[in-house]
Amino acid sequence: MEALGALGDPTRRAIFERLAARPAAVGELAAGLPVSRPAVSQHLRVLKEAGLVNETPEGTRRIYRLDPRGIAAMRDWLDAHWAGALDAFKDFADAQVEADRARTTGTGDDT
Amino acid sequence: MSIAPIVRTVEVKAPPARAFELFATRMEDWWPRGRTVGKNPHAAIVIEPRPDGRWFERDAEGEETNWGKVLAWEPPSRLLLGWQLTSAWAYDPDFLTEVELTFAPAEGGGTLVTLEHRDLERFGADAERHAASLGGGWPNFLADFARFADSQS
Repeated sequence: MEALGALGDPTRRAIFERLAARPAAVGELAAGLPVSRPAVSQHLRVLKEAGLVNETPEGTRRIYRLDPRGIAAMRDWLDAHWAGALDAFKDFADAQVEADRARTTGTGDDT
Repeated sequence: MSIAPIVRTVEVKAPPARAFELFATRMEDWWPRGRTVGKNPHAAIVIEPRPDGRWFERDAEGEETNWGKVLAWEPPSRLLLGWQLTSAWAYDPDFLTEVELTFAPAEGGGTLVTLEHRDLERFGADAERHAASLGGGWPNFLADFARFADSQS
């Protein structure tokens, strides 16, 4: 799943935001959220597969943190950003061309 | 680690010279509202028309926030910008990814505008630096990303 899709779920985003604040184990995450521990584990698995978090063993626990290499999220965001920006540019540029033409043919208002 | 560049194209009715001009000198008029990095909404987005020119936004109070710089200013066909906003949405003069715009004549007198944002793997090294200093987070990026994800769902 893409990073953006993985973060489309509100619970997963809540988990992701908690891990952004500080690394945590499954139990700590589940304690602060209205979902079961197995559900948290399931969400962590999705986030891991999307490259957004990773885990390291610490004693008997596994500590989850944001994966700094998970720049797939950054790329997805930028890609969508540029798509929106270029669409906005097209709308603006095409409207300007209409205005240019109107001025040239003398049918437009001179504002 | 290499990350595929972002490549996007759009066709506009304006001929290349006019498309270049509208893109580069009227950015404040078309750049999506709220998609800027300054504290306040932008009043202007300026690309100084020369190599090494600054690329920045300015708010109504006159406060300027840098985005990057001009690497090549070649109207009517090409504009190469340095995007110097890190994964934490902060300007960093030591960080740079390239955004190249090309303006090619299209059939019917219009222009095919192609955007390529490359060197994205540099965000990775940068993110690792931030992770080291911030205890494992991308806090500013995250808030923006969450808003964006919300707007898509």
